[in-house]
Amino acid sequence: MIEITVNGSVKQYDGDPAMPVLWYLRDLLELTGAKFGCGMGLCGACTVHVEGKATRSCVTNMSDVAGKRITTIEGLDPSGNHPLQKAWRAVNVPQCGYCQGGQIMQAASLLAQKPKPTDREIDEAMQGNICRCGTYQRIRQAVKMAAGVRA
Amino acid sequence: MKANSITVVTRRGFLGTTFSAGALVLGTRFLPVNAVAAEATWQPNVYLGLEPDGRVIIIAHRSEMGTGIRTSLPMIVAEELEADWTRVKIKQAIGDAKYGSQDTDGSESIRDFYDPMREAGASARMMLEAAAASKWSVPVAECRAKNHEVLHAKTNRKLSFGELVPLASKQPVPKKEQLKFKPAAEYRYVGKLVPITDLDDILAGHAVFGMDARMPGMVYASIEHPPVFGGTLKSYDDAEARKVRGVSKTLTIPPFKPPYAFQPLGGVAVIADNTWAAMQGRRKLKINWELGPNASLDSVAYKKTLQETARKACKVARNDGDVEAEFKKAPKIHEAEYYVPHLAHASMEPPVAVAEFKNGKVELWASTQNPQAVQETVAKALGIKPADVLCHVTLLGGGFGRKSKPDYCAEAAVLSKQLGKPVKVVWSREDDIRFDFYHAVAAMYIKAATDEKGRPTAWLQRSVFPPIGSQDDVTAKYGTFELDMGWTDVPFDIPNFRAECGPADTQIRIGWMRSVANIPHAFAVQSFTDELAAAAGRDRVEYLLDVLGKPRKIDLRPPAERKGPDPYMLDIARMRRVIEIAAERSGWATKKPGNGRALGIAVHRSFLTYVATVVEVEVDNGKIRIPRVDIALDTGKVINPDRVRAQLEGASVFGASIALMGEITAANGRVQQSNFDTYPVARLNEAPVETHVHIVPSNAPPAGVGEPGVPPMSPAICNAIFAATGKRIRDLPIKKQLG
Repeated sequence: MIEITVNGSVKQYDGDPAMPVLWYLRDLLELTGAKFGCGMGLCGACTVHVEGKATRSCVTNMSDVAGKRITTIEGLDPSGNHPLQKAWRAVNVPQCGYCQGGQIMQAASLLAQKPKPTDREIDEAMQGNICRCGTYQRIRQAVKMAAGVRA
Repeated sequence: MKANSITVVTRRGFLGTTFSAGALVLGTRFLPVNAVAAEATWQPNVYLGLEPDGRVIIIAHRSEMGTGIRTSLPMIVAEELEADWTRVKIKQAIGDAKYGSQDTDGSESIRDFYDPMREAGASARMMLEAAAASKWSVPVAECRAKNHEVLHAKTNRKLSFGELVPLASKQPVPKKEQLKFKPAAEYRYVGKLVPITDLDDILAGHAVFGMDARMPGMVYASIEHPPVFGGTLKSYDDAEARKVRGVSKTLTIPPFKPPYAFQPLGGVAVIADNTWAAMQGRRKLKINWELGPNASLDSVAYKKTLQETARKACKVARNDGDVEAEFKKAPKIHEAEYYVPHLAHASMEPPVAVAEFKNGKVELWASTQNPQAVQETVAKALGIKPADVLCHVTLLGGGFGRKSKPDYCAEAAVLSKQLGKPVKVVWSREDDIRFDFYHAVAAMYIKAATDEKGRPTAWLQRSVFPPIGSQDDVTAKYGTFELDMGWTDVPFDIPNFRAECGPADTQIRIGWMRSVANIPHAFAVQSFTDELAAAAGRDRVEYLLDVLGKPRKIDLRPPAERKGPDPYMLDIARMRRVIEIAAERSGWATKKPGNGRALGIAVHRSFLTYVATVVEVEVDNGKIRIPRVDIALDTGKVINPDRVRAQLEGASVFGASIALMGEITAANGRVQQSNFDTYPVARLNEAPVETHVHIVPSNAPPAGVGEPGVPPMSPAICNAIFAATGKRIRDLPIKKQLG
């Protein structure tokens, strides 16, 4: 039996401990904010926070998160008004929107560690998250806006 | 979740639940005033309903894959209706021919539906005004709709839209020629930034994509397709697969019958109670395939064949003057060959659909660009009628043309029929990359004669590629409509011009991808133009303008079809203007090449939109960076300018992926790429840093937006690389060619 906390509520899981967290969230908990994009940790669409740190849920097994706190995009801010969500709204970042939850979770983890990131730090932190619609320049702009650094 | 959201509610008779009993619904264009309308809902059009409580319901009948169309088309209706946008509810349509084409492809949504949407809004507004006039017994000319109310200024009276619904529904529907449209000066939404209706849902992780759709009692399927296109199943052993926890059984899907069209590829499906178990089970399958004739496909040999074909005379598609005579006497001849490989769409959301077959009918939730094609494809696969296929459309996690082809939807339906339960088919990234309907590989050859100023006097170009027509015709060897995409429509002012097309066998599925054949054609034509300018030692912008020639209009229609004026005639003045704007805004005149940094330009008209792109590159030790892109476009009337900008920003990234790294190859008939490690796409640190979009103000009819930004990107990048380094790239992708 694996016990974890997802967006503040305690959950118990007794399935295959090798199941990636992504599929547990999506298929078992019906929390679909974390997306399936590649299954290999290459695209970042599945990004959630484990103990506050951006983690690729598609390559993180349930056994790896036993006893840990998981936050998904649905749980980032109860009203959807995290400073990054506000900035994303102000800049109208999303096109199709599929990758954006992962992008925001990645950026939230960055700002939690580095509240005033440099351009280089933003590039390094965000390059693992693919956006095929090509919203990158607005993502960069929104991260800077949320961090209060010059765009 | 907001009221506008796409929510998965499984219920047949979707339209019946769209409007309450008591709303008004009208059908002017595609539907007779119809049976759907219950007593109180007023449906002035298939796209519009007004409820007695004042809610305005606008039907979004095209698919949302990131262009913002689910917002922009309803904006047009709301504008002409004088509706208050905050009281507009947007409902996503099911697949139904009564809406007109729902194939969200070809950058056509605004172009084809601008007028129907305006008419829908205006006719309802006029009926509301007529209703108020009759209620107040005043001339209708004194009544004016404004912000969800009708006002009578003289007596300072007003009635809300909701109050007027019962009476408005009894007014005669205005004839098309009676419709009065709002002057553009009074627009409150059209031409302004309106955020997409799904924005808050997307940011909170609540938006429903195909990947997120569920049906009660559904199971999950992961399908092993034949490794070679056209391969078939000989035998398989699923003993190990069935031991995987969560796997219930395996099923087979029959192979397609040529031509391949949108049919499933066939294969073995593993059914499980969650996606991961289905994928795990699939890995344990032991399958014997009959690979078939396409196992011979080898991209290296195939490329050679295409190139050799392009070096010899091919089928003539356009012939002005006499190129051969000019080649014989011209002082200077130039030749070059260009190549663009197969490409995969790689939308972030792989193909996915959930379907239930029950009592001879199918209900699906699908991430699809074309729900009517879903109806037809599923019906054909199961031997039922298209009308018995109910296709709900979710948000799409990208599409780029791939999701116009619903093979994966038919897979879900075929499996559900076998199982007697709803089935969700989830393609993995590997499935998506290995079994795409690929953008066609193309080899091109161009030869030109130039005069003493380096200006071309004769131009011959050949394009050789497997045709998209192969999907419906096994004997198809030559492109057809692809030639209208940047090949026969080259608008240069050259007296002797010949465009040819060569034959190619199709050994893999071919499809349309964002801007289609414009990608290779713009690459070849705009690169070669740059080569001629370089050979003449002339400024590229000045040279491009010279080759385009004086402002004039070109009717591209075949002579037999030239009845009446064509509002979309190719206009050289508009083409010149976008070049001039892109040059000016990019600082073309002042930024001179140096230190591995330089600008490159390309211009291309596609989907009736004129786009000029200036790319700045920085090449350092074989590594390329794109600090800035300037795009000028003339797309006629613009509905939601911020979404137009977003599409062009995105196109610059999509185009950069094609130029820098995109390549699908096959060996022994098997595609060699499978995920983002082997099929990379541009990441944040590789994409253009800044893309500046300059929209030319225009009152011309609206043209396409989603695709036209893509074609000029790769030639502009390669032209900039040449200016920066002297290295000419003629084969895409650039990858490691810079050393």
